Amino acid sequence: MSPSVLLRRLLLVVPTLLSVALVVFVLMRVAPGDPISMMIGPGATAQDIATLRSLYGLDHGIATQFVYYLGDLLGGDFGVSISRKQAVTELIAQRLPLTLELSLLATLLGLALGVAAALLATYRRQGWIERGIDAATGVVTAIPDFLWGLLGILAFGVVLPLLPVFGLMDSDLRFEAKSGFVIGEGLLRGRFDVVASVLWHLLLPAVALALPLAAMTARVLKASLAEVLAQDYILIARVKGFSPWQVLLREALRNALSPALTLAGVQFTFLIGGTVLIEKLFGLPGLGNMAIDAVTSRDLPLIQGIVLTFALIFIVVNLIVDALNSALNPRLRGH
Amino acid sequence: MRRSPNLTARAWFGLAVFVTLLLVALGARGLAPHDPLEQDLLAASLPPAWAVDGDRSHPFGTDTLGRDILSRLIYGARPALIVALAGASLAGLAGTLLGLLAGFHGGFVDALISRAVDVWMSFPAVLLAIVIVAVMGTGLTSVVLAIAIIDWTRFCRVIRAETQAQARLDYVMSARVIGLTPARTLLREVLPNVAPLLLTLFTLEMGIAVVVEAILSFVGLSLSSDTPTWGGLIQEGRLYVHQTPWLLGLPIAAIVITVLGLNALGDGLRESLDPVLRK
Repeated sequence: MSPSVLLRRLLLVVPTLLSVALVVFVLMRVAPGDPISMMIGPGATAQDIATLRSLYGLDHGIATQFVYYLGDLLGGDFGVSISRKQAVTELIAQRLPLTLELSLLATLLGLALGVAAALLATYRRQGWIERGIDAATGVVTAIPDFLWGLLGILAFGVVLPLLPVFGLMDSDLRFEAKSGFVIGEGLLRGRFDVVASVLWHLLLPAVALALPLAAMTARVLKASLAEVLAQDYILIARVKGFSPWQVLLREALRNALSPALTLAGVQFTFLIGGTVLIEKLFGLPGLGNMAIDAVTSRDLPLIQGIVLTFALIFIVVNLIVDALNSALNPRLRGH
Repeated sequence: MRRSPNLTARAWFGLAVFVTLLLVALGARGLAPHDPLEQDLLAASLPPAWAVDGDRSHPFGTDTLGRDILSRLIYGARPALIVALAGASLAGLAGTLLGLLAGFHGGFVDALISRAVDVWMSFPAVLLAIVIVAVMGTGLTSVVLAIAIIDWTRFCRVIRAETQAQARLDYVMSARVIGLTPARTLLREVLPNVAPLLLTLFTLEMGIAVVVEAILSFVGLSLSSDTPTWGGLIQEGRLYVHQTPWLLGLPIAAIVITVLGLNALGDGLRESLDPVLRK
């Protein structure tokens, strides 16, 4: 991507984020049920309610509230959580790292599985292996991560109880990650027992999130490999005497990767969205789990903060994918 | 006369699943062996009939309150089907209208609608659905509206691209030349040509809607816990997964089969109706 195009894409982020903020704000304000009356007991006086209302800025008009809200957002202030009485940014900072680690793990797993499946199906073309992989990718794409998580719990938590299906680590382990990045900090502090336990607990949720990504990657990469393999330079490489695997890995893969990468970027945003339910399902203390709690307790500032955080991640990921894509594919440069 | 297109095997499988779902939902009262709400604490947590201590009057066993799981599964087909049909219809209607407008008019209208789609797509769908239902209150109507509010973009993007392609073809020009109004051209000429694509999208969206309903029931935001839903059964099953694993397995199986069937129907229809893909 040329600098000017990149700059234009960056500038487009501002109105997009602004619209996201507006949509969330409007949604929250049309919510029936007064958040204040839900947070205080029945003994509260009208005076108490008024004090709280002005404390949370709910006593101004809607437009004023939005302007104040935007001003706060720009200053990095997402407000104070109503149910947890703590700054929203602080809460998000505590919970986001685990969600990021889980998403990253799932992405690596998904890409590895997808690329391996595509290469294998291409290497063994027109055999039962290819047909098997095609059928599997079809089924895997049709079923969303939520159901894969449930199937995983049933298969490996109940029928063959091999894997943990709830919580972040074994209950006898004591470890507090100050940064929130349990795996990263565990590695740095040499607590490999914690890291092993966390990875073991994250295996099923990460696989559930990874499967749809793997299937899409396999499908698109396989199609684009077939296209690349039909080109002349592949024939030349074959004539030169490279083995089929060398042709596939050294010559074809690099050029076939671009479409798969674009798609993986889109799929990655779905993956991050999927963490909301997967964390709930597997009892993981991440951002998504907190999002559901925030919704059930009608914690408006917290919900707004979390939705905006997710939206920001989506937008940034898409930007990175575009940039990576044009770096990998010379034909897209300058467009 | 147009020859009716030959359906592929996948489409037949999908159609069979859909028709079964339809019949089960409509005939729930006659098919269910028990009242889905009837509690029988003496017969609580019974395993399926084929297990060692199963009871033949409860083919799929009972839950922790002694309610018959088969009956709850059968009645759960109703909200699933309603949400699938209504959610996909509303999302399809809004998305198609906006997509037709954007693709046909271009310019400012297109820019506005396309930007809206971009903004919409930068929300995490699941979280947005949960927020919308939390805002509007629980119930089938909220679930249906949430699906429409979130998933109109799926229709809009595809229909917009297809309309753009159609608008360049001669027949649209001819319609303009003979003086048809834009609205008439869109609805009478362009719409029938994007209809096969629309049918495919609609079928796929039904599958998505079934999953969304299950997700919302799972987090306790769809129907009250009295009404049997597949997602509600899943939530209950997740709680007692070690005591009554069949309570989790059966609704998952129902949803997986429904989703696979609707996907097969969508893909099969696309293969059957698309003259390029049809060999």
